[in-house]
Amino acid sequence: MAPLYALGCEGSANKLGIGVVSHDPATNKTRILSNVRHTFNSPPGTGFLPKDTAAHHRAHFVSVAREALKTAGLTSPKDLSCICYTRGPGMGAPLTSTAIGARTLALLWGLDMVGVNHCVGHIEMGRVITGADNPVVLYVSGGNTQVIAYAEQRYRIFGETLDIAVGNCIDRFARTLNIPNDPFPGYNVEQLAKKAFFEEDGVTKREPVLLDLPYAVKGMDCSFSGILGAADLLAAQMRKQDALLASGGTLKEGEERITPQDLCFTLQETVYAMLVEITERAMAHVGSKQVLVVGGVGCNERLQAMMGLMARDRGGSVYATDERFCIDNGIMIGLAGLLAWETGFRTPFEDSTCTQRFRTDDVHISWRSD
Amino acid sequence: MATPEPVAAIQPPPPPADATHEFPLPPILQRSASTAELITQGAEGRLYRTTWLAPDRFCALKHRPSKPYRHPTLDARLTRHRILSEARILQKCRREGVAVPALYGIDESQGVLSMEWVPGRPVRVEVNEYLQRRSGKYPGRARDSVARDEEGAAPLVGLMRRVGEAVGKLHKAGIVHGDLTTSNMMVRPWERNKKTGPINGSHQEDDDDTEHSLEGEIVVIDFGLASQGSADEDRAVDLYVLERAFGSTHPRAESLFPVVLEAYKDTFKAASVVLKKLEDVRMRGRKRSMLG
Repeated sequence: MAPLYALGCEGSANKLGIGVVSHDPATNKTRILSNVRHTFNSPPGTGFLPKDTAAHHRAHFVSVAREALKTAGLTSPKDLSCICYTRGPGMGAPLTSTAIGARTLALLWGLDMVGVNHCVGHIEMGRVITGADNPVVLYVSGGNTQVIAYAEQRYRIFGETLDIAVGNCIDRFARTLNIPNDPFPGYNVEQLAKKAFFEEDGVTKREPVLLDLPYAVKGMDCSFSGILGAADLLAAQMRKQDALLASGGTLKEGEERITPQDLCFTLQETVYAMLVEITERAMAHVGSKQVLVVGGVGCNERLQAMMGLMARDRGGSVYATDERFCIDNGIMIGLAGLLAWETGFRTPFEDSTCTQRFRTDDVHISWRSD
Repeated sequence: MATPEPVAAIQPPPPPADATHEFPLPPILQRSASTAELITQGAEGRLYRTTWLAPDRFCALKHRPSKPYRHPTLDARLTRHRILSEARILQKCRREGVAVPALYGIDESQGVLSMEWVPGRPVRVEVNEYLQRRSGKYPGRARDSVARDEEGAAPLVGLMRRVGEAVGKLHKAGIVHGDLTTSNMMVRPWERNKKTGPINGSHQEDDDDTEHSLEGEIVVIDFGLASQGSADEDRAVDLYVLERAFGSTHPRAESLFPVVLEAYKDTFKAASVVLKKLEDVRMRGRKRSMLG
């Protein structure tokens, strides 16, 4: 049997991603033929709004889809088995815009549609890229924070955030500090945190200061909104210090001068320690030695390093992907959709809707039988 | 782009050169002549079964080693805080008559806590083995949820009741566990015709060979994330965490979770408010996965 091809369309947040992926059911080999992405970035100090993001996706859908098809080098769109799109979870307006694009392509070429759960897309992509077959999955992004393990044809959620997602916490703190959103806020926070060491020629000039932030872990769940609030207060205190020093005043005795670098460093150290802790607890609970980190925050090198240290002590290993596959993309949707299509799953045209709320454990993972 | 380039597993830094033992024993055990057997490496600590206190008495020694991934300042703060709080809470439970291991000793600077050895096995293991036996006996039901009135379910229903009672007692005592899972509850076999041997039971013979069942007293363990408090919200989260632990660890036994809640209600007077709050927490949980 020849390999099957699918086109995946992702647009649940500020990235529009379209890609072509192939999967051979006989050999279980996956190939990526194209992976095109266009990101909507709002100015520093602001977040992306649903309306503007949806307009961005609509404006770029055709050009991104064209490029994805051209790069893939398929002789005809008829070689595709299905058009896969993100059904949810995500922001309503961008999801809808992307679904309309996907529906148009499906009608144009007379292809089946497959609605895909975004989180399952991340997991399947991560498994293929890293070769981790049955890991505990930490899924961390701007909208989700979940610790997941597979059991009996579901990706079961063992732990998750009780309020906002970790990426949302970091992004919003970046906004507080007016850090640019390009390429993405978390990356810029990471770069600032590295500068807390004030390294020159590889020598640390000053140890970074770990400021006082709450640490909120409840079993395998965690919470980030209180941390964001406390970090925002520290940032406000820093601005007061700035103003005081600018007007020629001096700090009170014993008062630590707060810097953006130390703030970013502290935020990262605190929230990533929490994530590693809940992941370790889930590993201990299910008795697994593999961890797979997926989602946009999963690109963070500090998080990956901390996870590596934890796994080492447990005699296990960490699998992570780079920004091509970690950050939202079309091929992950194409891959998860194609796997479902192979088991006979179809999304009828009239049901090809979107939903903002779509839990990872709602999906029947028909393509795994272990 | 052709075949995806494999992204290799991250290479962790090599272990420190002085690592002779798989895990270095806590200092308190390095110096003593007692035996120490690593029972489990939990997320937070390593649990040893030792005869550190007296040769004829097993004692559970929990060591919270410092976590290399955590910033040293944060690590020291968390370890100290958690060990002191765990000790205080064990004492409080004991006073209030909640079945927990007795506290023997504590050294918060070394991250060491020693307590009574609880014989028996975790609820998780007992429930899973029950479900396995059930699949063996009735292969047709292997993938079905357990029904309350089905043949042979009585011992499991009884166990779920005792779980609910244990949580009710805990909450009544003003303690919130913070990590209620079926791994953190032991089934301590009822004291049968009292054998001679170590006072707190569990000799080797008792450990592996005897047939285990769902019969026994529920002893809640691992108060590493517990806190003192009577906020209905925290209590509801406790129940929610336990409910999800059932759903994710033993999906087929989740259908019996209402039994846990009923027993909880019968044991704990203020339960109705908590159960109402539990609805809210569940709803929040469902709404939680928002953006991609």
